[in-house]
Amino acid sequence: MQSTVPLFPEQASTIAHHVDWLYLFLVAITAFFSLLVAALILFFIIRYKRTPDREAEQIHGSTLLEIVWTVIPLGISMVIFVWAAVLYFHMQRPPSNAMEVYGVAKQWMWKFEYPGGQREINSLHVPIGRPVRVTLISQDVIHSFFVPAFRVKQDVLPNRYMTTWFEAKEPGTYHLFCSQYCGTKHSAMIGEVVAMKPEDFASWLTSGKAEGSLAAQGEKLFQQLGCATCHRADSGARGPNLAGLYGRQVRLTDGHVVVADDNYIRESILVPNAKVVSGFQPIMPTFQGMISEEDLIQLSDYIKHLSAQQQEGPLNNRSTPEQIRDSEVKQVQDQMKQQDTVPQKTSGNNK
Amino acid sequence: MSTATANVMPAKHYLNDNYGIRSWLLTKDHKRIAVLYLASITVFFFIGGIYAALIRLHLLTPQGALFQADTYNKLFTMHGVNMIFFFLVPSVPAVMGNFILPIMIGAKDLAFPKINLLSWYIYIGGALFSLAALVSGGVDTGWTFYTPLSTGFLRTPVTVLAIGVLIAGFSSIFTGLNFIVTVHRMRAPGMTWGRLPLFVWANYATSIIMILGTPVLAITLILVALERAFHIGVFDPKLGGDPVLFQHMFWFYSHPAVYIMILPGMGVISEIITCFSRKRVFGYPFIAFSSIAIAVFGFVVWAHHMFVAGISVYSALVFSLLSYAVAIPSAVKVFNWTATMYKGSISLQTPMLYALAFIGLFTIGGLTGLFLAALGLDIHIHDTYFVIAHFHYIMVGGMVTAYMGGLHFWWPKITGRMYPEGWSKLSALIVFIGFNLTFFPQFILGYLGMPRRYAAYPPEFQVLNVLSTAGASILAVGFIMPAIYFIWSLKYGEVAGNNPWQATGLEWEISSPPPTHNFHETPIVTTEPYHYGAEQEVPVVP
Amino acid sequence: MSHSSTTTTANHSDSATTATHHPALVHHFDNMEQQKEAATFGMWVFLLTEIMMFGGLFVAYLIYRLKYYPAFVAGSTSIDVSWGFANTLVLIGSSWTMAMAVWAAQTGKRKLQVLFILGTMVLGTAFLGVKAKEYYEKYDECHIPGHVIGKGFNAWGGCSADKSKGNIAEEVIKRDHSIPEASAVQTAKQSEMFFAFYFVMTGLHATHMVIGLGVLAWLMWRANRGEFGPEYFSPVENVGLYWHFVDIVWIFLFPLLYLISRHQHAG
Repeated sequence: MQSTVPLFPEQASTIAHHVDWLYLFLVAITAFFSLLVAALILFFIIRYKRTPDREAEQIHGSTLLEIVWTVIPLGISMVIFVWAAVLYFHMQRPPSNAMEVYGVAKQWMWKFEYPGGQREINSLHVPIGRPVRVTLISQDVIHSFFVPAFRVKQDVLPNRYMTTWFEAKEPGTYHLFCSQYCGTKHSAMIGEVVAMKPEDFASWLTSGKAEGSLAAQGEKLFQQLGCATCHRADSGARGPNLAGLYGRQVRLTDGHVVVADDNYIRESILVPNAKVVSGFQPIMPTFQGMISEEDLIQLSDYIKHLSAQQQEGPLNNRSTPEQIRDSEVKQVQDQMKQQDTVPQKTSGNNK
Repeated sequence: MSTATANVMPAKHYLNDNYGIRSWLLTKDHKRIAVLYLASITVFFFIGGIYAALIRLHLLTPQGALFQADTYNKLFTMHGVNMIFFFLVPSVPAVMGNFILPIMIGAKDLAFPKINLLSWYIYIGGALFSLAALVSGGVDTGWTFYTPLSTGFLRTPVTVLAIGVLIAGFSSIFTGLNFIVTVHRMRAPGMTWGRLPLFVWANYATSIIMILGTPVLAITLILVALERAFHIGVFDPKLGGDPVLFQHMFWFYSHPAVYIMILPGMGVISEIITCFSRKRVFGYPFIAFSSIAIAVFGFVVWAHHMFVAGISVYSALVFSLLSYAVAIPSAVKVFNWTATMYKGSISLQTPMLYALAFIGLFTIGGLTGLFLAALGLDIHIHDTYFVIAHFHYIMVGGMVTAYMGGLHFWWPKITGRMYPEGWSKLSALIVFIGFNLTFFPQFILGYLGMPRRYAAYPPEFQVLNVLSTAGASILAVGFIMPAIYFIWSLKYGEVAGNNPWQATGLEWEISSPPPTHNFHETPIVTTEPYHYGAEQEVPVVP
Repeated sequence: MSHSSTTTTANHSDSATTATHHPALVHHFDNMEQQKEAATFGMWVFLLTEIMMFGGLFVAYLIYRLKYYPAFVAGSTSIDVSWGFANTLVLIGSSWTMAMAVWAAQTGKRKLQVLFILGTMVLGTAFLGVKAKEYYEKYDECHIPGHVIGKGFNAWGGCSADKSKGNIAEEVIKRDHSIPEASAVQTAKQSEMFFAFYFVMTGLHATHMVIGLGVLAWLMWRANRGEFGPEYFSPVENVGLYWHFVDIVWIFLFPLLYLISRHQHAG
């Protein structure tokens, strides 16, 4: 037990001190008004103590005062609202250069996967000085990803991807808590976030053994599940070409336009007839119950990497997905020289 | 009419009108029903308190001192459900509202006495279900019943507990209905809306929430029960349902329910502050109107419980803004109460001590609500001990304090006898100290990042947890003392007389305890409420 | 003290004014008019509560209807509209008999009261009978959501002895012939959500009907004893309000569950 009790958690992310400033401002407001009320009460108690020789002086009220103490709190709370909302918008928008990590929560454990294929359980290694975007999904109930030192929290839902991001500032090991009650071992669903210097992180990434990048594993699945039979580049394809799909707007048969993000891809695999691309038939079978969340992440990452190479060049004049994938996978492999650090392979994966 | 000096028990009153179990269990007298409620919610307060004590004891050590994790989870679930649905929601309305509200407006009873008795039986029925859930192993959903955990993953008797809460909800609907009709249709001649005591306004606003919010909770719990029983998938993502929809429906009731749990307390405070300051209330229309404003705004802020649950940034923005709007009427009330004391003639008897504690603690509780409504800050403190500290400042520091204040204030009216002033002042002080020591450290714990509902925690949080447990044991003493001296006073308390506080209001003009039909003749009201010092003014022509 | 100046007591206390003290007047009301107003007002407040309860369910229904539109349309199409229509007529009829019962009470016609209340009960029972028949059909076709009742939800046919029944996938294809079977089966599966709402909504409504029938029986007993007349009929009036409310809920349920988008079938 320490002799001194800390009042703040460590400020280990770039937004931590912004949150703390807002907190301190609110603490000051709270202290001011609480003390004001307490002081007035104490003063009135002493000054207007009941004595036999003095009657209370009757006052009905004052509209002016009512306006004053309606408008002043309203003004203060609007300041807080705007300040907090601006901060919130900042916290909700991951920078575009963020590093990607995927997290799958289940009762009662956290599983993380890096694009390079490295996996770990109940621990998340991140570099400092670089934004990290965590895409989260739950296999069962609602969980919540909470790193107090980073001041980030995001509920993890079982039916769609949620994302959060942070940029660690200081190397160190920080608590990772599940903050949404999730059953018996809720309080044991804890882990650690290890923030490392970039060079340490790079060597950590290469120190283990991965079985191939997420995209490469996704590609394998793509073949195994027979996706490639329909999702091809040629004109006779029965399913839309997926190259260059990620992040693009897609027109649906019902005329709506949606952005093809992780959630769209996930839904299209599990409930294919929900959002059918214009010009195609809703013939795709559902994969609900047939693939795990990890599989979905791999497929999603594969499709994402199909896009990365497609920024240049018109859509109808491009290499086949296989070619893109090969080069992309090679690039990722080059980057990461994947080996697996934590060989905790879970059974839900790649059956 | 009698004055305060007539300190003899009336020969005939509602307590000695007739005797026997049947005369109580079949009574249609709102005062006796209030006493039935008082007895039953006191039982549940102490049951809930035992859960709380066990929770705090368990958290003395980081690994958890007493229980397995699942036992701990059941404890906090049962603590929450008991305290919220079986103590806080009925507390002031069903006890003091039932007893005092009809008398305050000069009525002989609530509009529907049979329905009033029925609502007590319904409450007991719900309470029995919740006890059945406990006996059959306890439930570990948390009081929030979040799906899909509650519907698809737990083998504990969730349905039994959900039915218990559902049933108790109907009790609260019927109480609300009774109050609304009574206030509209049963006021004595001259008791205009502008002359209603603020306690009546507060309970009226509460009743609006009860009748409009509770049915939504009912249908939500019905869906949860059906989902468990028949595996339909309204909230189950595996069957295409949306678990977040549950949260919307749940908080649509449960946020306004927070106001069910605080508005009546605010009404009590308005009565006590004026009486012990011997002052007209400052800004009557503003306090009255702010109760209604809270009830109305309370219905449009529910999603501020869901800022990290996956709602869009724009809806988060709207709900945050509206949450600030609902804070303003509460601030207005606090300032008006404080201003009421200005130039008063203040005496610090026990009810006043509780009322002053209420103002201070509610101010802190309310202002820390601003932290949680602040989007960027809520991300960090959501679902931590900060939330727990905040709502205990409102619920215990606010509502329980007001309830205790009201109980002391109207105890002489209810029983005809005074409680012992010295002991009660001491216990009020103990409650105040114990409360702050229990819950203030939890604000810090929360900001440090300790998540709620944790059966074990990292060792660096221990000091603050130990402080909190120490406070809880003091708080327990503070709550056990009144239980003892109130019972003692039933026999040995000084005879109170009609109006021991020299307070205004119709309830103080009849005998203590009141006669069975309250008023022998229908009173005609000719003055505003809180007409303290009226003798100095030109009397209103009767 | 000055408190005695705050109030005076009314000379017209209840016993004094109501020389003709009606036996139904409860002690805490001043007169019959106050008692009647309170009862009627209370019933309206109660109906407000009911509106919120059904309202929560309707909102949830609409949310999922938007999300699974084709499945909801297919599920809706699979229900036999003629029985629903018949039931609508039965309920409207029962509202008429209920209104007549109130009129009979107001005008003090004891026998007519009993007759009309009985008529309302007969029609209400008929409604429940038809509902039970519809439920049984759903059971037979395995359209009961979940896997607890019957053989489990099956919306792609072959469950009932009559193999032509209960194939929602077929309904989907009938509606749009270009839809491939794989997609139609998916849609049919999603119609489980529709049936969940169908049963919860009609079930809650039927529960209200059953409670209503119980209250009507009690009312009939009282009417038969001649308790109601021009001076005191608010129980009849308030049960009438309740009954009309339950009817109105059906007037919303019928189109929501049976009718909307059905016309697209042809197209």
